[in-house]
Amino acid sequence: MSERNPCNPVSLPGDEFPEGASVLDATSRRTLLKLMGASLGLAGLTACSRPVENILPAAKGVEDQIPGNPLFYATAMSLGGVATGLLVEAHDGRPTKIEGNPDHPFSRGAASAFHQASVLGLYDPDRSREVMHEGQPSAWDEFAAFAKGHFSAMAAGERLRFLSQTVNSPSLEAVRAQALNRFPQAKWIEYEPISEDEALAGAELAFGRAVRPIYHFDKADAILSLDSDFLALDSQTVGYTKDFAARRRVASEKDTMNRLYIVESQFSVTGAMADHRLRMRSGDVPEFVADLARELGLLPAGLNVLNNDPRRRWLAALARDLKKNAGRSLVVAGPRQPAAVHAAAHWINQALGNAGKTVTYVETPRRPQIAALKELAAEMAAGRVETLVILGGNPAYDAPADLEFSRFVKKVAVTIHLGVERNETGVLAKWHLPEAHYLECWGDARALDGTASIQQPLIQPLYGGRTAVETLALISGHKDQRAYDIVRNCWLAQWPGAHGEKTWRKCLHDGVIPLTASPRVEAAPDAKRIAAALAARRTATGIEVNFYPSASTWDGRFANNGWLQEAPDPMTKLTWDNAALLSPATARQFGVANGEVISIAAGGREIEMPVWIQPGHADQSISLALGYGRTACGHVGHGAGHDTYALRTSAAPHVVAGASVTRTDRTYKLATTQEHHSMEGRPLVREASLDTYRKQPAFAHKPDEKTNLFQLFPRFSYDQGNQWGMAIDLNACIGCNACVLACQAENNIPIVGKEQVMRGREMHWIRLDRYYGGPEEDPRAVTQPVACQQCENAPCESVCPVAATNHSPEGLNDMAYNRCVGTRYCANNCPYKVRRFNFLDYHKDVQEVEKMAFNPDVTVRMRGVMEKCTYCVQRIQEKKIQAQAEGRRALRDGKILTACQQTCPADAIVFGNINDPQSRVTQLKKQNRDYTILTELNTRPRTSYLAKLRNPNPELA
Amino acid sequence: MADLAIAQELNPALVLGKPGYADVTRKVAGIVEGRMPRVWYIAIACTGTLTLALAAMLAYLVTTGIGVWGNNSPVGWAWDITNFVFWIGIGHAGTLISAILFLFRQRWRTSINRFAEAMTLFAVACAGIFPLFHTGRPWRAVYWLFPVPNPALHIWQNFRSPLIWDVFAVSTYATVSALFWYTGLVPDLATLRDRAKTRGRKIVLGLLSLGWRGSARHWRHYELAYLLLAGLSTPLVLSVHTIVSFDFAVSVIPGWHTTIFPPYFVAGAIFSGFAMVVTLMVIARQVFNLKQFVTMKHLENMNKVMLATGLIVGFAYATEFFIAWYSGNRYERFVFLNRAFGPYWWAYWTMVCCNVFIPQLFWLKRVRTSVPAMFVISILINVGMWFERFVIIVTSLSRDYLPSSWGYFRPTPVDMLTLAGSFGLFLTLFLLFVRFLPMISMTEVKGMIAADSAHSGDRP
Amino acid sequence: MKPLFSKSADKHLRIVVSAILLTVAAAITLSAYLFRPERADTGYQPAQPVPYSHKLHAGNLGLDCRYCHSTIEQSAYAAIPPTETCMNCHTRVKAESPQLQLVRESYATGRPIPWVHIHKLPDYVYFNHRAHLDAGVSCVTCHGRVDQMAEVRQVKPLSMAWCLECHRNPAPEIRPRELITKLDWVPDRDPAEIGRELIAKNHIHPPTNCSGCHR
Repeated sequence: MSERNPCNPVSLPGDEFPEGASVLDATSRRTLLKLMGASLGLAGLTACSRPVENILPAAKGVEDQIPGNPLFYATAMSLGGVATGLLVEAHDGRPTKIEGNPDHPFSRGAASAFHQASVLGLYDPDRSREVMHEGQPSAWDEFAAFAKGHFSAMAAGERLRFLSQTVNSPSLEAVRAQALNRFPQAKWIEYEPISEDEALAGAELAFGRAVRPIYHFDKADAILSLDSDFLALDSQTVGYTKDFAARRRVASEKDTMNRLYIVESQFSVTGAMADHRLRMRSGDVPEFVADLARELGLLPAGLNVLNNDPRRRWLAALARDLKKNAGRSLVVAGPRQPAAVHAAAHWINQALGNAGKTVTYVETPRRPQIAALKELAAEMAAGRVETLVILGGNPAYDAPADLEFSRFVKKVAVTIHLGVERNETGVLAKWHLPEAHYLECWGDARALDGTASIQQPLIQPLYGGRTAVETLALISGHKDQRAYDIVRNCWLAQWPGAHGEKTWRKCLHDGVIPLTASPRVEAAPDAKRIAAALAARRTATGIEVNFYPSASTWDGRFANNGWLQEAPDPMTKLTWDNAALLSPATARQFGVANGEVISIAAGGREIEMPVWIQPGHADQSISLALGYGRTACGHVGHGAGHDTYALRTSAAPHVVAGASVTRTDRTYKLATTQEHHSMEGRPLVREASLDTYRKQPAFAHKPDEKTNLFQLFPRFSYDQGNQWGMAIDLNACIGCNACVLACQAENNIPIVGKEQVMRGREMHWIRLDRYYGGPEEDPRAVTQPVACQQCENAPCESVCPVAATNHSPEGLNDMAYNRCVGTRYCANNCPYKVRRFNFLDYHKDVQEVEKMAFNPDVTVRMRGVMEKCTYCVQRIQEKKIQAQAEGRRALRDGKILTACQQTCPADAIVFGNINDPQSRVTQLKKQNRDYTILTELNTRPRTSYLAKLRNPNPELA
Repeated sequence: MADLAIAQELNPALVLGKPGYADVTRKVAGIVEGRMPRVWYIAIACTGTLTLALAAMLAYLVTTGIGVWGNNSPVGWAWDITNFVFWIGIGHAGTLISAILFLFRQRWRTSINRFAEAMTLFAVACAGIFPLFHTGRPWRAVYWLFPVPNPALHIWQNFRSPLIWDVFAVSTYATVSALFWYTGLVPDLATLRDRAKTRGRKIVLGLLSLGWRGSARHWRHYELAYLLLAGLSTPLVLSVHTIVSFDFAVSVIPGWHTTIFPPYFVAGAIFSGFAMVVTLMVIARQVFNLKQFVTMKHLENMNKVMLATGLIVGFAYATEFFIAWYSGNRYERFVFLNRAFGPYWWAYWTMVCCNVFIPQLFWLKRVRTSVPAMFVISILINVGMWFERFVIIVTSLSRDYLPSSWGYFRPTPVDMLTLAGSFGLFLTLFLLFVRFLPMISMTEVKGMIAADSAHSGDRP
Repeated sequence: MKPLFSKSADKHLRIVVSAILLTVAAAITLSAYLFRPERADTGYQPAQPVPYSHKLHAGNLGLDCRYCHSTIEQSAYAAIPPTETCMNCHTRVKAESPQLQLVRESYATGRPIPWVHIHKLPDYVYFNHRAHLDAGVSCVTCHGRVDQMAEVRQVKPLSMAWCLECHRNPAPEIRPRELITKLDWVPDRDPAEIGRELIAKNHIHPPTNCSGCHR
């Protein structure tokens, strides 16, 4: 029924890292034939229909490696120069599942969609597999030889430049120092397309020094987000979501909640969570901030742009609320806002006495990057760069368009590119070197506040990749230094003496290195400078375009990751594409509809994009996701979406004003996983304001829904032993996709591709239903995670003709995949539409190396079979067997975590035994906000939801 | 004479031109023994091609997956089950005519029952394809759907599932109607045998006619067996489509979960069945010039039946709407409004026009008795009935409880070719039938002549 | 004229028809009998690359199963031992034996010995050795008297029906935890009785629902 169970310890060690067909030369083919002959012969000998299958135990046992039992290792993944601590599950030496590291201050057990999907990136068959020299396959030795000659000949290296992504690795810093020591004239440039420049400049402006704000959302009662999607794309850490969600969770009507105001152009995940959302063009936010400052009495009243504007009332109420909560309020500025706004935010926080309470500051080594990159480009253009070493990143694709990086890089005599994939930059480089994936190599990385973690590998590099540290060491003359030694020595140097080794081991185990956070700094903003900067701002007119990172491909680096490409955007629900997001009014103004292609011109550049109408988007504003339209990223991401970097310049990397839009007569097919966006008045997501909740705590229950549920035959009593159930707190859930990806990784869920998504055949076992309510122009949005509800009276079970889906005594709706004949009757009869059918063989194109990502504890379903969520029954069984072995019959609550629950940054999903009165899930289900959907059908679902609450400002209610 | 004329007027003869027994035999058997007209060869060429197309499509389906059809989530069933219900429906007229009308002594059934029964069998054959091939893994379904003891698994089918009831209902129906049909054929096969020229023909027909010699004993057994089988098939006519309707009625999907389905489906089935009989009969009657046995009276009666069942169906549509409103169930209400005014409005109104409005023309005797008119209308009715099943299945599924999961079904070319192919198979079988077997029951027609001439005085 | 069919034609026809029906029926029953899991899967006894005799090691020398299959109590899999394990003894015992050539090579080169898989369950079945041993199910229940087999062969059908028999009525197969690898254990009284006591004591309730074994 399934494909080879990947966990079976049957697989030649040689096969573990299969080489491309290209290297399968004559001899190996002959041996292959021999082997086949031999096995055939054996089959013949054993006069039996059964094909001979070998078991190949390792000749020498591996320490603490028990075949079939997974091992967990602590490591860290960096994104945009910020690390998150992770625990990675490895089956027989194959990392298969990423989980957050509970001990890491900025993970606390949670992981984002990007982290979850990174394991697929490791096994990406399109990854860079070999050293390339001028387009020809080469080898590390050849490069080493070249480097020796080339770099030792180099004196001070005044024509040598290094370009890397943001460096957040102490060991790399050390090696960099070494290198720059060797080449004192050389320059090192860091560049991330999703840049922090404005924030840094803002800090510079406010405090005169480079500091980074660390927010403490758990301490804030009133939060204002200035165009900052701090819960998702702008968050940099899942820790923020944890803190925020903690203040949304209420146990009873007596509890309190924080209040979130947001001012933004695009409808973001954070905007959907907000209690008050004011949509305005990003370009208008500076004015808004200036007015807020006036309203708060920081600036002299007077020319007040919003003076006779409906938004005035909003502003006034907001200002009063922030004042009222002085010391418990927080203003957060988004990375796309100019320095002045960041500075103003710091100023306001300080004025309200939030500094040191809801926001603290740490020193940061970061410096603005775009300016530096621009300088480099100029040098390249002028031919003053002879050798360019690019350690990671993809500037040829994601550098600001006006720098014409890919053009000038050709003027550089020697370009060396180290990359996980041979991307647009790698193709242009003289030398391309395969970089090791973070799960393959030793390293270390700093989290948001500087806390360092050791990044330890779970597997040998699949394609002989090396790290930036190793490459750099090689370049600066230390030939075969291995990353392990470099990293280890770098740290042992800090722990002198005997217990250095012990500390090292402990840090490896914990995944965090204590006392490495950057020192806090007390900084006072310079009011005069900020006031001047605010005054200098002028509202830009006309259509604006703003660029934001994609929820699927980030800056483009995940473009070849199928899981992420197929994960629907949290708001638009688009897959495999980006689009030009417009407000309904603006779309009407241009006379365009979804899927119609428009041409957007700004600053003398022009791109064509399909339109997607986003209710709640600011008028006169277009939002473009970065990271699509890759041309050299592999077969998955190739041709997905449109390249928006083409419109992005170093002058206006975030918001371009004065854009012009012209219609084309072409249309473009966009694949979305949700076609209808209104709840049609059905009580699916139940929502109320905190006040309403206090007045009528039982608002979530419709009086008649539980009464007159009549059942002819006696009900099976589920009161024995474990009874699994789940509660999902809609008040905490932000709809970030982490659960969707975690589920995909845990349960071997295939991706189906854009065409199939358009046919409505996506396979996600848990989906995030996003509904809009209220006026089309300015709606509220709610998200509801829906997976199999494990109904006690499951409609699917009674209709299956072959009894392939049955109920377990523990209340699970079991699937026996191999019994399924695929009538799809169960899916038709499922009111929640959570069953997924393998319409085609979605594993057909899965290559050997990708199979290593499969979870061996879950069957890989074949074509023609129905599948669905099982509450991660494999995890349940494993823990039950463990408990039995350890002589504990009752499982401790929280011992079993479903994949979605475990990764959820908002802790919105709670799973457990509803038969145990002490369990958290029982506690939640006791709450008066708890309800089930479609209760009137008497399906008796085991998954229930906690009604959503908003906490609007009474003044604005 | 006058009263005879009146009698004729009130009750027109079911056989015209007062043929003798020999004439009947010569006429009917002649068709089978003589050469087929060119049009027959052209027809079978076309239908044969379509049948091959069906085979090709099914092969493609099995090797590639259900994905070659337009089915999706939420629309798990679409044209596959639509075709299944449609063909099963077609199958109903036959048994109804031969069994129920037989028991009710409706003499006008005689010259069309053979024809209709044959059609039943072929329709059921077509219907049988879909329940098997709509499954994701037919190679498993083919034996897991039947209650075969399984020593390796020790698990049985889920007898709560309407799909299993289907398996029994349809297979029983197929068996009984086949027997019924064959029993009726025996005397005629014997007649053919006796007229057979070549030895091969003699032997084949001889075996098939089971040594029928037309002795009084044979006749007694024959009449008895025929009566019993008629009695057996009568409940089946009602049960089969009732059970098919349970596939939907038993579910929780608004638009499916309806108690009215059994009668509604049976009426619809008879409706479409008769329509199909008329369509084919009109052609056969023309091509093989059977006007004297298939009189206008037969056709008119069938049209009357269509009018009646059409009204029942229309009434059912109305009732559904009323109940949807009356029940006060928000989902039920939505589904029916959605049928009429949602994205599938075109399908719904096609259905209503073809099944409710157009048949009303049969109130007019002029239309009822006009061959071209009834030909067109009967075809439209079949179109309408196909759409009825499409509307019930697809529109209900496409928008059920959670708006987030709503979706729109679009058929693929494979869907279309499969449907066309099933028609090909049906017609091919039918053409072979008219080629090799007497399409009118000579025995019974002779009986009729005897009866007719009885009250018109003179013996033939 | 001469009749088409002889008088006896009718009789013959009936005989022929019934004969056909009978043969078909017989064929079905026979094949069902021949290919019943007990026959189809049991008795599989492939040649192993190394003539390792369980009879000698587990039987005569009395090695405990767990000396080689060391993971059965911690893992779902009863791992085949690494070559190392063999060499623990065979560096000294029969160090030169030509029969151990492959073992020595494997130990030297690190290339695994291609043992042939005998007790194989389908991929969608998740059998867990640890769970069964904890419950007190002996090796012998599924693998038979391996300690008497020079060459191991499959003696139990390992079919779902067969698994279920025990899952529905485990008592006869449950024995004291410490005796699981004692293949030749003969209970002093009715094993089912012993089983029932242990089941009550250790709260053993084997799953009979799908997800017990299928995920």
